[in-house]
Amino acid sequence: MWKWFHQLASPPHFYRISAILAPWLAVPGLILIAYAAWQGLFVVPMDYQQGDAFRIIYVHVPSAYLSMMAYMIMATSGAIGLIWRIKLSHAVAAAAAPIGAGFTFLALCTGSIWGKPMWGTWWEWGDPRMMSELILLFLYFGYMALRSSIDDTTKADKASAVLALVGIVNVVIVHFSVEWWSSLHQGQTVFKKGTMDADMRIPLLIMLLGFTLLFGAMLLRRIRTEVLFRERRTKWVREMILSPEGGA
Amino acid sequence: MKPRQQRMLAVGLAALGIAIAAGLTLRAFQDNMMFFVEVSDVVAGEYPKERNFRIGGLVVGGSMQRAEGSLDIRFEVTDTACTVPVMYSGVLPDLFREGQGVVAHGRMGEDNVFQADKILAKHDEDYMAPEVADSLSKHQQDIQEAVVKGAAECRTNDS
Repeated sequence: MWKWFHQLASPPHFYRISAILAPWLAVPGLILIAYAAWQGLFVVPMDYQQGDAFRIIYVHVPSAYLSMMAYMIMATSGAIGLIWRIKLSHAVAAAAAPIGAGFTFLALCTGSIWGKPMWGTWWEWGDPRMMSELILLFLYFGYMALRSSIDDTTKADKASAVLALVGIVNVVIVHFSVEWWSSLHQGQTVFKKGTMDADMRIPLLIMLLGFTLLFGAMLLRRIRTEVLFRERRTKWVREMILSPEGGA
Repeated sequence: MKPRQQRMLAVGLAALGIAIAAGLTLRAFQDNMMFFVEVSDVVAGEYPKERNFRIGGLVVGGSMQRAEGSLDIRFEVTDTACTVPVMYSGVLPDLFREGQGVVAHGRMGEDNVFQADKILAKHDEDYMAPEVADSLSKHQQDIQEAVVKGAAECRTNDS
């Protein structure tokens, strides 16, 4: 087990394995998303109060969940990189940031589009859930800006890992904001019993799985690029590129 | 202690410190983090007197009164324990209806009627098909009853 783990952490090995693994995540992920989108748009009954507007939940909830998930992956691999000095884990953190920022943006947009007809407002300053999710987006921006402002990769890795660790506080706030404080945003639905009919909930769970798999594939592809860039002066990259296959 | 363990300790202690600092800060700003004030707190007089604030609760069933020929509306909000009357003039969001969650922005009038300049509908975490909603669950019937009779005992003395 440990041997396998250590092997995976070696950049050339990871580069080979991830090429095989990525399509195995992307293809099932896309199939699940397509199926759940069809269910969510055409099969699932409309909500008794929101009508068809509730269907945006099938994009909003998975995006919001991944916006936090990506951050946790970024911060944890940053911490692993700091403590165990594993080169690959800093590459994982660097690769996760833009994807997480993308999903955060998507969660904010879909929430806003839903909020106008339902709540009667695009955006409310001072709402704890909305504010903490916006801060999450700014944390991603700050993280990426900090990384690109330091030329020395090792230093950039360390500084940005510390920033990511501090920002975990905000992810906890995003999650619990609707429980700790009064908020315009409704409370937890997905994993709470009796809040949603099964024929609405199951496509949402499928969508969550599909988004997660697709996220996994996107992350792997980004880590590959990151690894290639970081290892650009090493022998294995040179050999791979000069080999007859040209490095597939 | 090995260098790796030292680093682990440093990261762990830093994380703990940040968590404590954040926890204390949030406790200190507890009131400011609230998006709206509960009806019971408003009735108890625990609300900002000199500035606008938001009040949140459920619209009491049968309390909506519209003035003929204008957008003026008067209704009552309750947290199932207390009730506050609200005056508003303007367009209401789609989800606004009796028995539903609502957040009103404005200030408390001299006459203990909340003068709202903005009304937002609050949605709860329940999603269901229309057929299912027709056969309301026990839990929801309880809430509906509480909303309708809610709040005779505890209210601002406006009239």
